[in-house]
Order: sequence, then structure tokens, then C-alpha cells
Amino acid sequence: MNGFPLLTFLTFIPVVGMVIILMLPKEKTSFIKYTTLAATGIQVVLSAAMMINYNYGAGGVFEQASFQFIEKFRWIEIAGLSWLGTVKIDYFMGVDGISAPMVLLTSIVAFIATISSWNISHSLKGYFALFLLLDTGMMGVFVSLDFFLFYVFWELMLLPMYFLIGIWGGPRKEYAAIKFFIYTLFGSVFMLLVMIGLYFSAVETLADGSQVFTFNMLALMDSANYTADGILSPFNPANLRFIAYIALFVGFAIKIPMFPFHTWLPDAHVEAPTPISVILAGVLLKMGTYGILRISYPMFPEITRDLMWYIALFGMINIIYGALCAMAQRDFKKLIAYSSISHMGYVMLGMASLSTTGINGAILQMFNHGTITSMLFLLVGVIYDRAHTRGLNDFGGLATQMPVYTGFVTVAFFAAIGLPGLSGWVSEALVFVGSFGVELIRVLAMISTLGILLGAGYMLWTLQRVYLGKLNEKWKELTDLDGREYAMLVPLTIIIITLGIYPSLALDIMNTSVNTLVDLITTSAPKFLLSGM
Amino acid sequence: MDQLTLISLSIAILFLPLLGFIVVILFGKRFEKLYMFEVGVITLTFLLSALLLVVKLTSYIDDKIQYAFTWIDFGNVPLIGSMQIDLGINIDNVTAIMLVVVNLISMLVHIFSIAYMKGDKRYNRYFAYLGIFTFSMLGIVITHNLLMMYIFWELVGLSSYLLIGFWYEKKSASDAAKKAFIVNRIGDIGFFLGILILFTHYKTFTFDTIFAQIAAGNLPFDSTGWLTAAGILIFMGAVGKSAQFPLHVWLPDAMEGPTPVSALIHAATMVAAGVYLVARIFVMLTADAMLVIAVVGGFTSFIAATIALTQNDIKKVLAYSTVSQLGYMVMSLGVGAYAFAFFHLVTHAFFKACLFLGSGSVIHAMHHEQDISEMGGLRKKLPITYYTFLISTLAISGVPLTSGFLSKDGILAGTWAFGSLTGHWLIPIFGFVVALMTAFYMFRLVILTFHGSPRNREKYDHTHESPFVMVMPLVVLSVLSIFIWYSPLPHDSEAGWFLSDWVRTPATVVPAEASFDFMISDNAANANHHITHSAKYTDAMHRIHYPAMILSEIMAGLGILLAFAMYQWRKIDPDKIADKFRGLYRFSLYKWYIDELYDEVFIKPTLTLSSANAWFDNKIIDGVVNGSAKITVFLSAISGWIDKYIVDGFVNFTALLSGFIGIIFRKLQTGKVQTYIVLVVFSVLILIFIISPF
Repeated sequence: MNGFPLLTFLTFIPVVGMVIILMLPKEKTSFIKYTTLAATGIQVVLSAAMMINYNYGAGGVFEQASFQFIEKFRWIEIAGLSWLGTVKIDYFMGVDGISAPMVLLTSIVAFIATISSWNISHSLKGYFALFLLLDTGMMGVFVSLDFFLFYVFWELMLLPMYFLIGIWGGPRKEYAAIKFFIYTLFGSVFMLLVMIGLYFSAVETLADGSQVFTFNMLALMDSANYTADGILSPFNPANLRFIAYIALFVGFAIKIPMFPFHTWLPDAHVEAPTPISVILAGVLLKMGTYGILRISYPMFPEITRDLMWYIALFGMINIIYGALCAMAQRDFKKLIAYSSISHMGYVMLGMASLSTTGINGAILQMFNHGTITSMLFLLVGVIYDRAHTRGLNDFGGLATQMPVYTGFVTVAFFAAIGLPGLSGWVSEALVFVGSFGVELIRVLAMISTLGILLGAGYMLWTLQRVYLGKLNEKWKELTDLDGREYAMLVPLTIIIITLGIYPSLALDIMNTSVNTLVDLITTSAPKFLLSGM
Repeated sequence: MDQLTLISLSIAILFLPLLGFIVVILFGKRFEKLYMFEVGVITLTFLLSALLLVVKLTSYIDDKIQYAFTWIDFGNVPLIGSMQIDLGINIDNVTAIMLVVVNLISMLVHIFSIAYMKGDKRYNRYFAYLGIFTFSMLGIVITHNLLMMYIFWELVGLSSYLLIGFWYEKKSASDAAKKAFIVNRIGDIGFFLGILILFTHYKTFTFDTIFAQIAAGNLPFDSTGWLTAAGILIFMGAVGKSAQFPLHVWLPDAMEGPTPVSALIHAATMVAAGVYLVARIFVMLTADAMLVIAVVGGFTSFIAATIALTQNDIKKVLAYSTVSQLGYMVMSLGVGAYAFAFFHLVTHAFFKACLFLGSGSVIHAMHHEQDISEMGGLRKKLPITYYTFLISTLAISGVPLTSGFLSKDGILAGTWAFGSLTGHWLIPIFGFVVALMTAFYMFRLVILTFHGSPRNREKYDHTHESPFVMVMPLVVLSVLSIFIWYSPLPHDSEAGWFLSDWVRTPATVVPAEASFDFMISDNAANANHHITHSAKYTDAMHRIHYPAMILSEIMAGLGILLAFAMYQWRKIDPDKIADKFRGLYRFSLYKWYIDELYDEVFIKPTLTLSSANAWFDNKIIDGVVNGSAKITVFLSAISGWIDKYIVDGFVNFTALLSGFIGIIFRKLQTGKVQTYIVLVVFSVLILIFIISPF
């Protein structure tokens, strides 16, 4: 694969699809759909190709040499801009064990969301064009290794998402779309400030010996690159890094979403059409935790160490608070939205442990939550399409009417509950192994186990209310799954079961990088100054 | 047969039922007769496990055959070094015996179900569920590490959920399924935390590695307190699964499932998994942990027996009797009588499965009537069911010549020895009182169901003996409830091969200061002998053996006599007694009001908390978000107003003012030279006036 710009193709194939769609007349609906399917399908193939050629032993994280599929060239160059100096920004992409699972997840979820978009009824052209633009944004975030580029992709996701919810959404779509947009923008403003602060704090030495400020993420992870008086430099006596860390964290926390910044999520989910909910839960929520692992942790290791207890605390709050809220919901989608908040809490708890098991668990949980929750939203979509209601108390006895569908529901629900043998359990267990293993957050981990109990509570209660019991006569006409629905549910089921039985398939991808990251943060930190320890 | 073949054999035994499940669940809709595939698979599994047992006991009686592989490899972990999670299997005599017990009962239940479940609309799916249950249960039996134990532990929970809720159209069934899963989860959280303590310290889940470390003096976090905690927490898993107080509430409700399922899962195998778990970690239990286990087991057996006295649902009586007998086994482990606990697990599995299948036969014959006050006199109509049921009842009551006599007697002697060695006399008192109550309520059940005259003539007239596939399992199981399979002497279990050669109490690894002194063998040579306790304990057991036997027989005899006096001969009127002890009677009938208590103390507050939480989320957190949006809009309105009226107003005002001044000054521009001259003169005068120094 040497020399082939795999990641660029992976990222921009959807844009190609979008351009094709924009040139098509809007009556050619099936052509539009198949173009989208082809674009996301090629993405799946490319990410599979990436995994085939993936080097499992390469660590990445802070070392350019051990990143894979690197593409790096000068993108923006503005010479001598008065006090700004020379601006040089790279187009820098690459994957390691932290981003590779996310790339894989994004391509899978986008492909399945495309299948799920088949019955979008109006303005197809606009929908699929925006959908593909969103896809590019998501993929770009996960492969960027330049902060500026990362930020561009990060913001790029916002616009299509806004329209996808605001135009194709439910009754309160405008409210939900604006809330999503402003909330996320609010977070990215913080991120922008920190990014600029970091830019003016570190320099990169070019081949000709001259030094320029840099957005290169890997350069920003090395204390040797920071100037003595840079505003976010660890050498600066007026240490503003703590404030910067918090600001950056808030930016990411909104995306996770972390309590108390989570209320945009239930609204966005309830109003979004099914495929957009799938994208939102499956990929977008991972941006927050991915950003923390990719940027906050290695660039601010000393503050991460100081704050791990608080990260774990918020993880615990997410787990229990989300579960309790979920239990009180009457809308199926809202229930799953809150269960997402709870499940993302496990990711935070695992990350906070700063241990190999915990962070492996966290990244695996990101992947698993992506597949399991996508499946849950698809399953809600299946009955919503037929019954046009999502009230948990409106149904009953669907197991009798739709047995195959209920079979898939059972798999997805038990995966969400954390049943061993299905993927969700492995990551939860690793998160607990990791967080329990660290004395500082052991008590938080122990309290968090209540989430397992509450999770079983609300999930089984839902299962009972909607699927068990006597069939509600109103739903006697509902049909079981059709071929298209099989096409989206079967792959997810296979992933969930396979990773439950043999999680090493995923863990081996991330493990070397996780060890590298843990080493970077916790031990003698070869690359970073240990000011706080 | 070499060890490798044995390992392959056991792996085949483990996965065959899973194959059955997969095939039947995927194709069961298409092929009506596919359930026969599952029955065939289980029969094969049983035959293979019987072969395994024979080979194990003849060729490798003292060996532990193990096979492990790396499931997850964490590579070179910073600060720790290389770390892996291994899974694997372990075959010792206990495993081999359990494999046969589980597969035999599973096979008999499969066969029984062919007739019992006939006509059910989800017939094939029922057999598929039995398949996945058997697979999960075998996984528990065969594991060599805690993690795999936990994995299969939860999987039996799943199959239990599916089978309890098999008739999910009934709300009571889906409620019971949900309750079973959630109550078990409470115990499982404890189990999981216990595992986490051990893994955090030892970085392994493997039993033998952990035990070897403890034996070498490496305690979790270097304290016996943590070791005790780990033991008790893991025991919590058993409290859930084996329905021990305070988590016993799910098991009686689980009787909503089909009766063969109750026999297989909720009497013979799955609920015994808790006992099996405690037996597996027996060697690492400290004195404190053992005492907790003994008290929980003893109290559970007592509480369940008191409830069983007054129940009128044939399955409920058996359910509480199961809880009570499981309490016996747990108590037995707590007092250090390891071998008898496992022995009772096996004997109980057979006679309780027989009782449940017998009740299934009755219920089937009575067209799904479960209330014993509607029965009576069924002995003549269902002779085979009656006699097999009677044999099993004798066994559970501990009457001589039965298997139950052998195992129960050992447990009671063990509790007595424990009482005399440690001074905890409450435990043997529980044991003997429960023996009396057991004999009483079981014979009450037999008499009310099978003896006397029918109380519901119409239903009675329509009953007839069950078909061959249903009575055959009953006969097999009742035959297995006779002493001869376990010991050549009907009064001495230790003379038998089961206890003398097959099942040996493993030596404790707990440091001496944290263990009961009688658990530490004083003779190193004893380590290979079947009793690894101290000589003091062995002496106590020998001294107590006959008194305990006599006392337990007196108790059983009294219980049986009382049952006959009250229900057969009607010398004592049970209703009068119930009237006289109204409070106690209701307390027993309503199961000590524990369900009601949990409802008030746990369930309702949780639901309230969850609504409060949702309200808080909606009104406060989201209120802040929407509020700040409103404030922003309001502020922007103000700044818009300011912009329009103040800032822009100032601009307009300036323009206005200059216009106004212009208007005024325009008046001066008259164009007349005289006016200009006057103005100039006046101006000069004023200037001089201002500038002049005077």
C-alpha cells in the first residue's frame, strides 16, 4: 500500500459522491441512493484494506515513525505575516491504535446508516449530499494529526448535522437542531482558543533549520518543542495550562456528552431521523472521548494525572445519572439516548484509570457502544416506521407478532445490559478491571457497578413493556423484518457476537498504542516534562 | 485414552449443546421435528460425559487435567510487564461427576418435555433454550478460572430468564423472569467485585494460580481482611444464584416457567451452581468468610422451611424446599463439610428433579391445576408418579436406605461438629429443626396430593397416568435416589466410593491465623488422605456421627408422624392450629412479607429517584440551558434596543442637532451688508472686552 493515499481516499470518497449527487437531477432518486451506498461501501472496503495492511506492533500516539498510512505535506504557507511570522500548516494524516478502531467504526456505521436512509421520503438529493459531507467530516476528524486540520473537520460535521436534523427531523426539529448547533459551537470555541494558544507556544524546526509555530499534534506532545514564554508552555511560570485543559475538556465533554452538558442529546435523538440518530450515537459521541485521548491526554499529561479522579467522578455520574433518567423515560428513543449517556460514562471511567486495561476497555467500549446503540436506534426505527409511535406504553406483546425482530431486539438489549458473550460486556468488564485496579478511583468504580444493575432494570423493563405480554390488538397488522432491515441488523449482530466471544480481534489493534499512551502519561514520560508529579 | 483426548472430549461435551441451540433456533421455524435434533445432541452429550467420568475415575483419579489458552493479551503493560487473560478448562473428579449429573438430568428433562410441552406454539424454541442452558451450565462446571465462571454464570442467568419467561404472554411470567435476572445481578455485582479484588492483586483469574499465591503467603493487598472480603463478595454471587437469603425471592416466582424447566434449572442444576462456586473457592475461605456462609445458609434453610409449611401450590412447596436444601449445602460448606455439601448437591439434584418432574406429571394430568387443595387421592390414578414421588420424598426427608439419608446425615453431623468446636450452636439447631420441618411439609404435600379422597371429583375423573416418556425419567431419577449408588452401607456414607475415593476435601490455603484451627491438617501425610481437617475435627465427626444420625432420624420421624396425624388421620385439625397461631400462620403464608418489604424499601424508592432525576434533568439542567438561551435572547433584545435608541439615537441626535443649529444660524445669513457690519462690530467689541487687561 506504500504511496497510496489511503486515508485521503477514505476521507474524501464521500465528497466525490456528494459532487456526483449534486450534479444529478433530483428525480433520479435511486441513482442518488446507490451513489451514496457506493461511496460508503468503498469506505468500508478501504478501511478493511487498512486493517489488512495494519501493523499491530506499531504504537503511534506521539511518534510519527510508528503511525501508519501517513500522508504529510505542506497545505497552507503564508510567508512573513507581520508579527504572526510565517504560517505553515500541514495536511497531516495517519492512524494508530486509537484512531484505527474509530475509522473502522465510522465506515461501518455510515454504511449501515445509508441502508437505513433508504426510506427517507423528501428532498433526497439534499439529504444524501449532506449525509456524505457529514461522513467526510467524521472520517477526517479521526485521521487528522494536525490540530488545524482536525478543527476544520470538526467544524465541518456541524453544518450538515444541523440541516439533517433541522430539515428531516421530527416535530421539534428546529429547536433540537439549533440546540445541537449552538451547544457544539460553544464547545468548539473553547477548543479553538486552546488550539491557538498551543500554536503560539510550540515551535517546530524545519529542514532548513528555521523554526515556525506549529499545529502538528505530535510536536505539541513533546515538551522539548515548547518555547520558554509560550502562553501554554509548561515552562511558562504563569501556568495557564490548567485553565486550557479545562476549556479543552469542556469542548470535548459536550460531545460525549458529559453531565451536565448532555441535554442536547435526548432532544437531538428524539427529533433526528433514524439514520441520523444512528450516526449521532454511533460515531459523533465518540468524537469527545477520542479528542480527549488524542489531544488532552498526551498534550497535557501532567494535568491529566492531577485530574483523573474528577474524570472518573464525572464518568460515575454519567453512568448512574444516565441510567436513572433512562428508567423514567416513556419515549423509546429518549430511553436509548439516556442509556447512551450512561454507557459513555463507562468510557470516561475507563479512561480515567490511566491504565492499559481501563483505556483498552474505554476504546473498545466506544466501538461497542457505536455498534450496539446504532442497532438499538435501528430497532426503534423499525417499529416507528410501522407504528408511527415510540411510546413505551403504547405497545405490548410484539414478540408474538414479530418474532424475528424480537430476536434481534433481545441480542441488542442484552448486549447493552452487558451480557457476557456479547461485545458490550467485554469493554465494561475491562473498564472495571482498569478502574478498580487504581486505588485512587477504586471507590468510584465500585459505586459505578450500580450502573450494571440499573441498566438491567430499565432495559428488561422496556423489553417487557414493548415486546412481552399479550399482543396489543392495535398492532395485529405489523409485519416482521424485511430484507433491507436484515441487511442492516445482521452485520451489527455478527460484530456484537464476534467481539463478545473473541474481543482480541479489536483489542489487538489498539493495545500497542494504548500501552504507549499509558506509558506516556504515567511513567517517567520520556517525551514530556513532569511538572506536576 | 490419553489426556489430550480427554480434553477434546470435554470440549465436545461443552459445545455440543450450543450446536443444538444454534441449529434449532435458526431453523426451528422451518422444520417442525427439529427438536429431536436437540434431544439427540443432549443424549450424545450425556453418553460422552459418562465415558469421560469412567475414564477419569479409572485412569486419572488423582489428576487435574487442564487446558488453557490466552484470550486477551495486553502485551508489555507499563509498570506491570506482560499481562494476559487466560481462559481454560479444568477436569477433576468433581467436574467429571457434575458433567454427568447435569447432562443426565438435562437429557431426562428433554425427554420428559417431549410429552409435557406437546402442542406448545413455541415447541422448538423451548428445546433450543434448553440447549443454551445446558451449554452455559456445563461452562460453569468445566471452567478453570473465575472469569469464565462469571461469563457462564451470566449466561445461565440469560437462559433462566428466557425459560422463566417462556410463556411471556402472562404478565406474571415476564415479571418473574425480570425479577430473577435483576435479583441475580445484585449478587453478581458482588461476585464481580470479588473477582476484581483478586485480579487486581494477582493479575490472573485462574483458580489454581491464585490459590498457589495465597498458599505462598501472598494475600490480596497483603491483608487477610481483603481475603475475607473477596471470599464473601464471591459468595454473594452464590447468594443470588442459589437463592440464599436475602436474595432468595426470585426462585419461588421462577416457578412461572414450564415445570420441566423448574426441575432442570431451578431445582437440580443452575441453583446448585452457587454451591459449586463456593466449593470451587472453598480453599481460600477464611474463618470469618466461612462463618458468614454458614449463617447465611443456615438461616436460609430455616426461613424457607417455615414458608414451605403453609404453601398450597405444589410447585411453591417444592421451590421453598429447594431454597431450604440449598441453604443446607451452603451451610455445609460454611462449616467445613465440603465433601458432604457436594454429595448433597448430587443426591438433591436427582431426588429434587424427580419431585419436580413428578409434580409436572401431576400438573399435566390435572390439566394445569397446581393447587393441592384441588387434588387428593391421585395415588390410584397416577401410581408410577406416586411411587417415584414417594421415594424422592423419603430421600429429601432423610429416611434410611435413601441417598438423601447419607448426604443429609453428613451435613447435620458436620454442623454439630462445628457447633462443638467453635461454640456456634445456632447452626446445628437450624440444621435439625429444618430436618423436622422438611419431613413434615414434604409428607403434607404427598398426603394432600396423593392420599385420601379427591377433593375435586371432576378434575380427578379426567386424570390418567402420564405417557412413557414422562414416567421413564421419574423412574430413573427415583432409582438414583437409593443409597446403593453411593455407598455399599446404607448408614455410612464414608464407606462409599463417592466420598472415600472420588470427592476429597481440598486443603485450605488460608494462613493459619485467619482460618479455623480444625481446617488445618496437623499431619502433612494427611494431605493426600480424603479428610484434610485436623485430627480434632475428625475425632469430633466420629464421636458425633451416631448421635447426629439418631437425632436426625427422630426429627424426620416426628415430622412424618405429625404430617400423617394432621392430614392423613385427621387427629389434629390443621385449620385450628392455623387459627390459634394466626399471626405466625400468616407470616409463613405470606413468606415473611419479604417481597412487600423489598418493594417498599428498594423498588419504589428507586423508581421515585429515577422520576426525580428525570425531572431534575428536564427542569433544572435543561432549564439552565434553555434559560441561558432565553437570557441571551433577552440581552440581545436589550442591546438591540440600546443600539436602536441610544447608539443610533445619538447618531441621529447629532444629525438632528446640527440640523437644528443650522436652522438657527441660517437666520443670520440674511445677505444684508448692514447686518453683517453690525455683527462684526459687536463681535469685535466683545473680543476686546474679553481680551483687554482691564
